[in-house]
Amino acid sequence: MAKVNIGRKILDANEKCAMKNSELLAQHHNRCFNMISSPGSGKTTLLVRTISDLAGAVKIGVIEGDIQTDIDAQRIRATKAPAIQIITEGACHLSAAQVNGALRKLPLDNLEMIFIENVGNLVCPSSFELGEDGKIVVLSVAEGDDKPAKYPGIFAKSKALLVNKIDLLTGGALIDFDLERVRADARRLNKRIEIFPVSAKTGEGMSAWYDWIQGQLAKS
Amino acid sequence: MHEMAMAQSLVDAISEEARKHGRPIRAKMSCGVLNTVNDDVLSFAFETLAQGTPCEGMQLQIEHKLLQATCKACGCVFAVDWSGVRCPDCGADDFELLPDAPLLLEQIEFEGVDDGEGEHRQEDPGRQ
Repeated sequence: MAKVNIGRKILDANEKCAMKNSELLAQHHNRCFNMISSPGSGKTTLLVRTISDLAGAVKIGVIEGDIQTDIDAQRIRATKAPAIQIITEGACHLSAAQVNGALRKLPLDNLEMIFIENVGNLVCPSSFELGEDGKIVVLSVAEGDDKPAKYPGIFAKSKALLVNKIDLLTGGALIDFDLERVRADARRLNKRIEIFPVSAKTGEGMSAWYDWIQGQLAKS
Repeated sequence: MHEMAMAQSLVDAISEEARKHGRPIRAKMSCGVLNTVNDDVLSFAFETLAQGTPCEGMQLQIEHKLLQATCKACGCVFAVDWSGVRCPDCGADDFELLPDAPLLLEQIEFEGVDDGEGEHRQEDPGRQ
């Protein structure tokens, strides 16, 4: 019997493709963030509001990943921003190759910031690099304040955390959600994570998030 | 089911090596904590995807490597326990995670004649 040392990264095909995406984005001076959350956290609503509020200030393009339908891309296109839908037909995460195909369909020369809205899932997408500048995790208050503790991987890897739907915490809504617990648990995993409590519906907290986006553009 | 994509990459990589080295018997892989690999799910996916490939019937060993952190207060390096991360030496909770171990295909054992590459182990001639 012969033992052969391999030392090969198991997802190397994906990582090589992610590197290509990163080069393509750099050539066009685009910044890119990979948004990851559970289904229903409000990623698309956040993007729609962000695109509308930053119209004229930041040129945003979107890549949408869903198991079925182009509902999300249609919602983005209604803002006049370009959006490419990837339908994964069951796959639980986006791959770098799928994102490469979508990037090539976007008018990158006319854009500054690309958001990739990954398939709703807090686990699988965190293992697949797409060539992004960073990951953004979105958590809505209705999901509960124990998520950073239960899904540490994505909170440890993300540059920013958007805690969405904070409008549900006021006005006597019956949601037990301790924002301080989320802050403490997320920071324990990731000292540098930027945390933005927001409501994409009412606009509360969104200006700090917009400042962060503009700060990211200044880094390119 | 991110393990499915990982299993497919393993089958592809091992099948490629099998063209050079013969029938694979056993493969060792390792992974970090943040890749959230479930052994049962990955093994099942591997076994399923291996059907009809040179990997069919081979064994997959999965080693989990600890995630480590450096304490910002005293500088010691310690293994991270998600349930409550504190420096075991000084108790501080200010730390920096070190890079997580990648998903790595480390070694494959092949049946039959050795071809001069890699490490080789002499088998006991009395054993089949």
